[in-house]
Order: sequence, then structure tokens, then C-alpha cells
Amino acid sequence: MEYLVSTGIGALTASGVYLLLRRQMFPVIIGLALLSYAVNVFIFSMGRLAINQAPIFEKGVSAYADPLPQALVLTAIVISFGMTALIVVLALRSFLETGSDAVEEAVQDPQATIKDDKESVVR
Amino acid sequence: MNASWIIAPILLPAVAAPLLILLRLKDHAVRRGVSVAASVALLAIAAGLYGLASDGQPRAYLLGAWEAPFGIVLVLDRLSATMVLLTAILALLVNVYACAGWDRRGKHFHSLFQFQLMGINGAFLTGDVFNLFVFFEVMLIASYGLMLHGGGARRITAGFQYVAINLLGSVLFLIAVSLMYNVTGTLNMADLAVRAPLTSEGNVALLKVSALLLFLVFAIKAALAPMHWWLPTAYSAASAPAAALFAIMTKVGAYCIIRVYSLIFGADAGPVTHLAAPWIMPAAIATLVLGAIGALASRSLAGLIVFAVLWSMGTLLAALAGFDQAGLSAALYYAIHSTFAAAALFLIADLILERRGGVGALVTAPPMAQAVLMGAVFFAAAVSMSGMPPLSGFIGKLLVLDATRGAALGAWVWTAVLATSLAIIIAFARAGSLLFWKAETVAADARPAVVTSLPALACVLALVTMTGLLSVFAGPVTRHMDAAAAQALDRDAYVRAVLGRSPTQIAER
Repeated sequence: MEYLVSTGIGALTASGVYLLLRRQMFPVIIGLALLSYAVNVFIFSMGRLAINQAPIFEKGVSAYADPLPQALVLTAIVISFGMTALIVVLALRSFLETGSDAVEEAVQDPQATIKDDKESVVR
Repeated sequence: MNASWIIAPILLPAVAAPLLILLRLKDHAVRRGVSVAASVALLAIAAGLYGLASDGQPRAYLLGAWEAPFGIVLVLDRLSATMVLLTAILALLVNVYACAGWDRRGKHFHSLFQFQLMGINGAFLTGDVFNLFVFFEVMLIASYGLMLHGGGARRITAGFQYVAINLLGSVLFLIAVSLMYNVTGTLNMADLAVRAPLTSEGNVALLKVSALLLFLVFAIKAALAPMHWWLPTAYSAASAPAAALFAIMTKVGAYCIIRVYSLIFGADAGPVTHLAAPWIMPAAIATLVLGAIGALASRSLAGLIVFAVLWSMGTLLAALAGFDQAGLSAALYYAIHSTFAAAALFLIADLILERRGGVGALVTAPPMAQAVLMGAVFFAAAVSMSGMPPLSGFIGKLLVLDATRGAALGAWVWTAVLATSLAIIIAFARAGSLLFWKAETVAADARPAVVTSLPALACVLALVTMTGLLSVFAGPVTRHMDAAAAQALDRDAYVRAVLGRSPTQIAER
């Protein structure tokens, strides 16, 4: 089981890193999502892999599954889920505003900023 | 004020931020009132906590009264109290500045601002590594919103990069923290400090990997080369008040380096003693050089300032690389100085940009309104940032140089700091003469008209005055920083405050 889980984490991480290094936004987002899956499984396995053990305190039971990594992974899932949603919206907005989904900056025009600022004042 | 007030700097913005969302969007005056009132209250609480911490006794607040290490603890000592107070002062000034108009250029500026304060204060106060991750995320989520405040294509593209690099940082953080849990079985910092030296031989390598991964995360936050490249793009694209508040975010990274690598992997850590220290010094020197080159090469005012901020992080990190009392004390003094100087510069750049009709590039433009006042304030802030007497940058740099005199790469640090200071001075002098002296001659009616908001101007003046005060009261301030540094290096007192027993007592059991 250790072999299965660790190769799974390794494959996810490797694909995540590869995609993260792409120039388009969409592969980068998928890469980040894959990395966060890899991390979730990784945290989970850090509580030692165990099968058929009591999750909470029970009289007469001496072997437990570690509950803390499960709590940690829950927090991590919530945060990475929210962040992925945010970065998807951001990529979409960026595509709509610039017409390209390249990660790098398209134009270095300091004047553009202030013009946009003036237009976006909430009336 | 007792120890239960420790949670107040987190609770107050956490209540204020949702309240600000509930208020109607049109009620600008009410929203501004609530936001500024929350910032004033935060300053009062932070000052009270600083007073509480000045007796030299670290204090722990047990969340839900769960005993450490089972529950999450918040810890107040001189170091965290100083950082919270610094945040509160900066936040109030930036908040008032934003009320002059920036807060209306997008929705929910004030709520995001308060959420960001919650995250920053939480990161400074927490005594639990996983809780530190959570507060990092709170801080970052709010900063994504603030970074994009005002909109525009450039901000969104820069924002995407900023979010992506920080998500990668979060991933690394989680890997490091879970590895640390795997090896030591705890996430409480005090408990980690007790258990890290007791790590069995087979696990030392794993613990080292986790500690260095964690260092990588903090280095990204602190913009330490080669993890610095996100900072210039992000900060120069952010709106002025957001960038000014972000001046404290790089210090969160520096604070975490001080906290984790002096408490858990510090002098008493046995097989994992001073893990990060050998990496910091060369990286700090590289940061200094890159910051100076960037400042010399930048063709816009915002670019110059962000690279000067990067350069100042290099100075700060060079000081703390030794993890001795003099170095930490110098780093803390420099952190306070560079926060105020950077925030002042970001806000002045905004005022100048407004008066130049939005020309951010360093090219000649029609003379600006209030050129003398702007020039004087810019000059003072530039003097402070580049470390010339009489403002605080000079004293900060002296302290840093003095602290690194006996360090391993001492000669290199001295050379790098002094040479790059000259480059920064040249960059600022060139920018200043271009902005204020080489104005185009145009008809008087063609000049961009400017309505100055007095509170905004007062905030900028206050920030510059803070660096002046820091210089005038350098004696008392350095004594306080010395005490904070000594306390930060005292592992046993911290562990006793959190766990109730000294590390040797725990180890004997």
C-alpha cells in the first residue's frame, strides 16, 4: 500500500510541476489543482497508513488511526478548493481583459493603470 | 489588560470585516467610519499588548482552554507585540489614506483590508505551525483581493502570477508541516522546540527536509533571492494603499524566519541546530545586488520603489542571518524602519502620479502642482529608504553593519550593503531630479489640476515623521529591540510560558 500511495503522490506532483511551468494560464491552474491533490494525499499518509483502526477513542482499543492529519487535510482541502475557484475566475477575467491566456505580462504601460483606475470608480 | 486580550487583535478585524460587508455599498461615510474606528481600536489594543509584553514575560492564550500542546495557543512576547504594534500603526495611516478616494475604486476595500489585518496579526501571534498556515492563507486571500483592487488588465495579469506563486507556497507549506508532524508528532511550536532536538537519528534527515521546505516558504514571503521575482510585478501593479499595507507582508516572512529558526531550529536544537542560517546570508547578498540593479534599471517610479523595497529586505535578512542578539535586534529595528519608509514611498508615488496626470514612467512631464511640498516629502522618504543620515535608514544600516561585522561572510555583506546603498542613492537622486527639476514648460492652464485631500497628505507626512522619530528615539527603540531579540532567542522561557514546564523537565519525563 505504501508503494501505491507514494507512486500516486509522486505522479501527481510530477504532473503538477510540469503543468505549472507552462506558459498558458489553464495548464497552470490544472497543475496547481494536481499539486493540491498530491499534498492532500501526502498529509493523509503522514499520519501513518493504517487500515481497520478506530478513528476515535473507544474503551479496550489500543490501535488508532491518527485523527489529526484528517483534520489538517480537511482544512487544506477547503482552502485549496477556494483558491482554485479564485484563480479560475482571475484567469477568466484576465482572458476577457487582455484577450490572451499567457501568464506573463502583455504590456508594460504605466499609464494604463491610472486610466483604468479612473474608469472604475464606484459611482 | 490580561492574557485574554491576546486574541483581541485577531478578533477585532474578524468582527469588523463581515460587518463592513453587511453595510450598504452606498454608505461610504459609515463604512469609512467603521473601518477607521476599527483601526484606531486595533492600535489601542496593540499598544496595550505591547505594554503587557514589556515586562519580559511571554504569555500564552489557550484557545478554548485546551491545554497546549493539544489545543491551539496564541503567544505574546516582545517580538510578536512589536510586530502587531507596527502593523496597527501602519494600518491606521494606510486606512486613512485610502479613505481619501482609493477605497471607492472597487468594492469591499475596507472588508478586505480588515481581513488582511486579521491574517497578519494572527500570523504574528500564533504559537502553532498549522495555525500559522491558516493565518497565512487568511492574509493571502485578503491580499489577492486588495492586490486586484481597482481592476485593470495589468493588475489582473500580475495578480494571476501573485496568486499562483502563493498557491505554490501554500503547497510547500503543507508538505513541510505534515512532514514535521510525521517526525515529531506535534505542531505546537513550543512542543516542537522540545522535541526537535530529541529526534531519532533515522528521522533527522526528514526533519531537515521539512525545516528547509518551510524556510523556502518563508523566503518566498520575505522575497529572498532567488524567490523574489514575484514581488516587483505584484507590488508595482497593486494600488497604492494596498502596496503600502503589503510593506508589512514581507516582514511577516522575516518574522516567521526569526520565530521558527530561533525557537525550533535554533541554538538548542541538537542535530537540527541553525538549519537555515547558512542559506540566508548568501541569498541576502544576492537580494541586495538584485534590488540595487533593478532600482537602477527601472524606468518608472513604482518600479524604482519596489526594487528599493526588495533591496531593504536584503539588508534586513543579512542582519538576522547570524541569529544572535545583535543581529536580530538590528533586523527588528530595520524592519520597523523599512516598513514605514516603504509605505511612505508607495503613497508619495501615488500623490506624484496624480499630480503628473498619471505619467508613472520616469520621463519629463509638465511641472506638477505643489512641487516643492511633494519634492520635500519624496526627498525625506528617499533619504530614509536609501539609508542616509539623519533619518532611520542610516541608523538601521549602521546597526546591521555592526551586527554582521564578525559574521562568516561579513566582508561580503559590508561590501554589498555599502555598494548597493550607493546604487540606490543614485537611482533615487536620478528619479528625484527628473521628477522635480526637469519639468517641461507648458502653459499654466495645461497643468493637471489636483484636489489634495488633507488627511491623505497628513498620512504621508506622518509616515515620514515616523522614520524621523525612529531616528530621534533610536536609543530607547534599540533597547526595546535588544530585549525583544534576547527574548526571541530564549527558548526555555517560551516553552515554560506555553507548556508550563522547562524543556529539561519535559525531556526527563
